[in-house]
Amino acid sequence: MNERVKEKLEILADAAKYDVSCSSSGSKRKNTKDGLGNATGMGICHSYTEDGRCVSLLKVLLTNHCIFDCAYCVSRKSNDVKRAAFTVQEVVDLTINFYRRNYIEGLFLSSGIFKNSDYTMERLVRIAKVLRTEHKFNGYIHLKAIPGASDELIHEAGLYADRLSVNLEIPSEMSLKKVAPEKNYADVYQPMNYLKGAIVGHREEKKRIRSTPSFAPAGQSTQLVIGATPENDLHILNLADSLYAEQSLRRVYYSGYIPISEDQRLPALRQPPLIRENRLYQADWLLRFYGFKVDEIVDQQYPDLDLEVDPKMAYALRHPQLFPIDVNQAPYEVILRIPGVGVKSARKIVAARRHGQLRYEHLKKMGIVLKRARYFLKCADKNFSHLGLYPEAIRKEITQPKRAKTISNQLSLFGTN
Amino acid sequence: MTFTYDGTFEGLLSVIFETYRLETTATAIVPAEEWQGSLFETPLLVATKEEWAERVKVGIKKKGGKKSLRLLEHCFLSEFPEVGKLIHDFVRKLMASPINISDNFGDDTVLKLHQIKKKIGREVHRMHAFVRFQRTQDDIYYAIIEPDFNVLPLLPDHFEKRYPAQHWLIYDGRRRYGIYYDQQQTEFVSFADDHALQYRQLPANMMAEQEVEYQVLWKSYFDSVNIKERKNPKLHLQHVPRRYWKYLSEKREQF
Ligand code: SF4
Repeated sequence: MNERVKEKLEILADAAKYDVSCSSSGSKRKNTKDGLGNATGMGICHSYTEDGRCVSLLKVLLTNHCIFDCAYCVSRKSNDVKRAAFTVQEVVDLTINFYRRNYIEGLFLSSGIFKNSDYTMERLVRIAKVLRTEHKFNGYIHLKAIPGASDELIHEAGLYADRLSVNLEIPSEMSLKKVAPEKNYADVYQPMNYLKGAIVGHREEKKRIRSTPSFAPAGQSTQLVIGATPENDLHILNLADSLYAEQSLRRVYYSGYIPISEDQRLPALRQPPLIRENRLYQADWLLRFYGFKVDEIVDQQYPDLDLEVDPKMAYALRHPQLFPIDVNQAPYEVILRIPGVGVKSARKIVAARRHGQLRYEHLKKMGIVLKRARYFLKCADKNFSHLGLYPEAIRKEITQPKRAKTISNQLSLFGTN
Repeated sequence: MTFTYDGTFEGLLSVIFETYRLETTATAIVPAEEWQGSLFETPLLVATKEEWAERVKVGIKKKGGKKSLRLLEHCFLSEFPEVGKLIHDFVRKLMASPINISDNFGDDTVLKLHQIKKKIGREVHRMHAFVRFQRTQDDIYYAIIEPDFNVLPLLPDHFEKRYPAQHWLIYDGRRRYGIYYDQQQTEFVSFADDHALQYRQLPANMMAEQEVEYQVLWKSYFDSVNIKERKNPKLHLQHVPRRYWKYLSEKREQF
């Protein structure tokens, strides 16, 4: 290993960092007795960047040379940056040696497009193949499926990788055309749809023949860039919802656009839209784990997420008539709708109430965020329904926590304004 | 009445057995080593009896299932001063109740034990994440840790599955013992002289040839993936509290 590798690593890690996906979970790859690594559990964050993002995988580009010119990307052809390219062996060595030292859960490999899509994809596949076959590496591998690559290569990638992703990046084709002239939705959807079919096919086959090799066991994901183009949250969440339903994606990632380029085709943002990004993740969570429908979260009347409060709170404030919810009576799915009550708390509530009526004190001890939840629930000794009728007052109370503290008497809620 | 014991889990269970035998309950149960002394009482020291401990274990499993026993074993590793008494109270309540109480979060003892277990779980998870192996010249992957709780006994399974084909040693620098895996099995080990093991970074003459290079590469990787527009030191510290930095080569200034 020499200085040159260090420099390449710096350039190619820097160029890869804007892809937000860092998940290393969802696979079931077990280790062998003489192998290295596994990808069974939840996935571990081995470190955190100074911006608080999880570092789980060695996330690098094979190269940042690219023949395309996507406005939102640092590696675009017209951008004046230092270019570099790893050899297959260099990526393999880094992965193995980082993994052995418990730095990482595996490899996330992407690339700029050099020569053409197939040429690039072939290199990515080869790295995964060497890791799996020569080094018996059973850690996590996430490969980028290059839009426009052939089905054969995508298929081979699926045999070695735990997860594959093809990024849509821009949430509508019209906007995509404007900022990435060489790209189109068809090239992205094609590998996605191919993968969907192959993943389902392999899973079916594995049920019948247990020795069937696994195929992208952690499924596929994609990324949407937020705030670079004018699509609203209603549009974005409907798109995500259809990607979950139609393409069976495991995850959709939202990446607040960071003004990395002074490209004329993009807006000049002062800061990345981090709050909006966070709200989208929360909304996505509600879709996947809380049984919410898109039109319960945003609709024609409110097409954008409320930046002031989280989407579940916003839902509750728009529907005061559905509250308060009785924690001693309501079914699990309904308890999940109380703001401040997450999946774990809801489970605890349902388990604990079998032993007796739950009182305010119990909820408090269970760690439920009562500061937010109390307006929306009823327990054995407390009923806050009178507060539930004043959504605007509650909003104020929640969004101005400091002031709220100085008000000792809750009734003064109604005294203000 | 106050009881003392030898500081092992079996010792604690022996105390609990003894309280039943004496038809009394414990007001405090502490490891003999930690007994501070008191003018007003002389604690009763209970010797550890495997057979007694086993009978209590069987009782717990019968009433509360394997899960309850595991809950208690994990909580015990917290080394919290009050944990002995909590475990005693739990066993009493479990035995007295017609149904399994281990998910009755409305009960104070149960709730507290679950909270402790959560803390233990978090620490175990941190060790899975923050262990940093350094390769030695004789090809052992070595890591030093100083966990908040005594979680070393909970670590072998994870690392055995992950690194079955390499020798590794994880050493608790504070409690001064380690777990060593030799590609066959994991054993507890301790060393009369652990001087060389106490360094954050192994002495140069013990390190494998490319070890420092990989540490440097890892740090430069870590520095390169940072996005300064998103800098959020509060979040960073929440995920990686300062006391863990010492393990992490990416947080080191010099090599
Ligand atoms: S094809 Fe990929 S690497 Fe190339 S400019 Fe577009 S986004 Fe960047």
